[in-house]
Amino acid sequence: MMRMRGALAGLVVACGLVAAGGAPAKTFRYATPADMRSMDPMALQETFTLATQGAVYEALVRTNAKLEFEPSLAVSWSQPSPTVWRFKLRPGVKFQDGAPFTADDVVFSFKRAAAEGSDVKPMIATVEDVKKVDDLTVDVVTKAPDPILISEIPFLYMMSKAWCEKNGAVDPVDVRKGKENFATTHANGTGPFILKSREVGVRTTFVVNPAWWDKPQHNLDEIVYTPIQNDSTRVAALLSGEVDMIEPVPAQDIDRVEHTAHRKVLQAPELRTIFLGMDQERAELTDSDVKGKNPFKDLRVRQAFQLAIDRELIQRQIMRGASHPTTLMVGPGINGYNPALDKPNKADAAKAKQLLAEAGYPEGFSVGLDCPNDRYVNDERICQAVTSMLAKAGIKVKLNAQTRAQWFAKILPRNTSFYLLGWTPATYDAHNTLVSIMVTPHSPEGTFNLGGYSNKRVDELTHLIQVEPDKAKRQAMIDEAFTIHRDEVGHIPLHQQALAWGIQDNVELVQLADDVLKLHWIKIH
Amino acid sequence: MIAFVLRRLVQSVVVMLAVAFVAFSLFTYVGDPIVGMVGQDTSIEQRDKLRQDLGLNDPFPVQFARFVGHAVQGDFGISYRLGQPVGHVILERLPATLELSLTAALLALGIGVPMGVYTGLHRDSWLSRLFLTVSLIGVSLPTFLIGILLIMVFSVWNLPFLPRLPSFGRGDVVALGWWTTGFLTASGLKALIMPSVTLGLFQMTLITRLVRSEMLEVMRTDYIKFARARGLPNRVVHFGHALKNTLVPVITITGLQLGSVIAFAIITETVFQWPGMGLMFIQAVSFADIPIMAAYLVLIAFFFVVINLVVDLLYYVVDPRLRADRAVASGHA
Repeated sequence: MMRMRGALAGLVVACGLVAAGGAPAKTFRYATPADMRSMDPMALQETFTLATQGAVYEALVRTNAKLEFEPSLAVSWSQPSPTVWRFKLRPGVKFQDGAPFTADDVVFSFKRAAAEGSDVKPMIATVEDVKKVDDLTVDVVTKAPDPILISEIPFLYMMSKAWCEKNGAVDPVDVRKGKENFATTHANGTGPFILKSREVGVRTTFVVNPAWWDKPQHNLDEIVYTPIQNDSTRVAALLSGEVDMIEPVPAQDIDRVEHTAHRKVLQAPELRTIFLGMDQERAELTDSDVKGKNPFKDLRVRQAFQLAIDRELIQRQIMRGASHPTTLMVGPGINGYNPALDKPNKADAAKAKQLLAEAGYPEGFSVGLDCPNDRYVNDERICQAVTSMLAKAGIKVKLNAQTRAQWFAKILPRNTSFYLLGWTPATYDAHNTLVSIMVTPHSPEGTFNLGGYSNKRVDELTHLIQVEPDKAKRQAMIDEAFTIHRDEVGHIPLHQQALAWGIQDNVELVQLADDVLKLHWIKIH
Repeated sequence: MIAFVLRRLVQSVVVMLAVAFVAFSLFTYVGDPIVGMVGQDTSIEQRDKLRQDLGLNDPFPVQFARFVGHAVQGDFGISYRLGQPVGHVILERLPATLELSLTAALLALGIGVPMGVYTGLHRDSWLSRLFLTVSLIGVSLPTFLIGILLIMVFSVWNLPFLPRLPSFGRGDVVALGWWTTGFLTASGLKALIMPSVTLGLFQMTLITRLVRSEMLEVMRTDYIKFARARGLPNRVVHFGHALKNTLVPVITITGLQLGSVIAFAIITETVFQWPGMGLMFIQAVSFADIPIMAAYLVLIAFFFVVINLVVDLLYYVVDPRLRADRAVASGHA
């Protein structure tokens, strides 16, 4: 038996040698417009940064190909009491520096996520305390019952306590301190790949982690990531075969990539909803020719705006089919999305004009529209289309399209009357959209409800939804809240933009609606 | 001479201060860096606190004074976007830009001057007409278009007889201390071709046209006629007498252009994803990364001052009249 095993091992090694000698190492090369901002998993809660860190770091739970939650570094979890979540940790997992993964690391990582300078604090906003029960058991105590805690932590990555202490990275990077942090450019996780080199803004290389605890679904040896900011150059790099995948493919280049041999564009709706917001709070708009009153306080005006905008035209002409028109604030893939409610209305400029006349604006009025020009797919062109559509109903929109830094600086302090914004619920759950965008603003809730939409019942439902464990009851509440919001035209949703990933046709990967590229599911044939 | 150089260096400090001052007075309008520094779920209070702690709410004279205070100690702060010291980030990007700019400038000089001399001497030959037509394209096409065209021809279309060149990046680089160079690897040299041609094309055509018109001018002067009358060979007349006398304006323009090549490598670097300072600056602008922008602008101002100084020194080398004036002046003193 022993001899046979020895012989088998020899065979495996031989195969390995043949593979190494015969076939070249499988390298996956990909490019996106902007580099991940840091390797520190607590530095920035941003999709691409967290997704790429996922090559090295893992969380207690993770999502599968259907965006359902499954065990990762925790093997199971339970709720011994309404405010306690108990996690059983996976035994035998090692960090890439060889140290074992234990409850101490979990406690440390939760604490680090809550520390000054951490940007992932919102993920654990409901967490009161984290306690080690034994080496492989951890209790997470929440301030109030939190039935959706699991959905909030798939990107709360686990770091090694010993490694952070040794390298002076116990606290996340804080630019206010004016000091560099070791974890910004180095990484030590439990994940499928090891960070081999990182040249910020130039090139980042990962190699396979042979000691990974899970069975690899990929066949890669190496991953090379390059940021390519310029759209044309990024497309050229895919067409010339210098990279295996780019994201995104600009809408105007989708056809071209599709018609090139051995290249493909993968498209799927993204979780981000693009919508327009209106100031319904002020007595008088800051940016309009209507004085002494706020036209957006009148439901008929909001309905007129809703009717004047032709979502299908935007989809056809500007998004070139790559969008999902909607009047709902969340899209497919979000927990709580109900397709039965997702029925966009037909555009009707005449009806819009009539409603405006009834509201006392037969000649329309003027209003400024704050729009980014480098944030969402075709953002400025969408705003231009909205401008001309509203013009047909008599509304004179003064379009103010700016770079994201300027646009955000203007709208976030609520210095806006009418604006375009996009939102992806970070927790994959409708509650996140409700609590960030739809409840009456009072910190820390309603941060991005920039127009001050307010409905008592929606506020009430939002808080009930947060703690309701029963799925059917919870869904009914979500439906109720979204229906109220739609009938009152609290915001004007336009569409969910589509993801467009360009690949060489020998690449096999899974495209998820959350725009997260799971590197450990990629195969090259 | 030393006094002259020292005076210039002192002037450079004034120029850099002025640039920093103008830059800081503009930073109010670049937008809010906080937006990119935190995720979407961060509350308004935390955003405000961060803005307060970073001193972004201070009036710009205060921010400017703080920047200068730290800068004189060699501390340019930490990048809002990257969380790394600005000095470190710039030093990392500097070699890429300098290698690209110098290669482009050498290309422009090495091809532009001979082309200018040829077209100046042989006004009506068909080759001259060809050169001038080509140079017209170089002047009139915008840089990014030239870059994209080159990428199409040499990277995307798989044309026979043409080499395949990388469409982005710097290839493999070799580290020599803190300096990284692409000159020592095949992929590094290959990656350098398209960006340097793109960046140098405009300067090349400018130099061609400048040298040509100067040559035409000089060839009509009396001393060229005398040189010919003395029976000097064409080579000596053309290069020893004529070309040398065209060089003062050429040096001025080339020098100033080298400054703009470094400063405006931004577009070329963006098109080719060349990891230099220009690309860094563009990224910093869209992020409102004030520490990086401030340090970059000050550094570029410094480059311009140094290049101007070098140009002035070169005048003495090529133009004996300047040296003579000096000698006379000091003789009287």
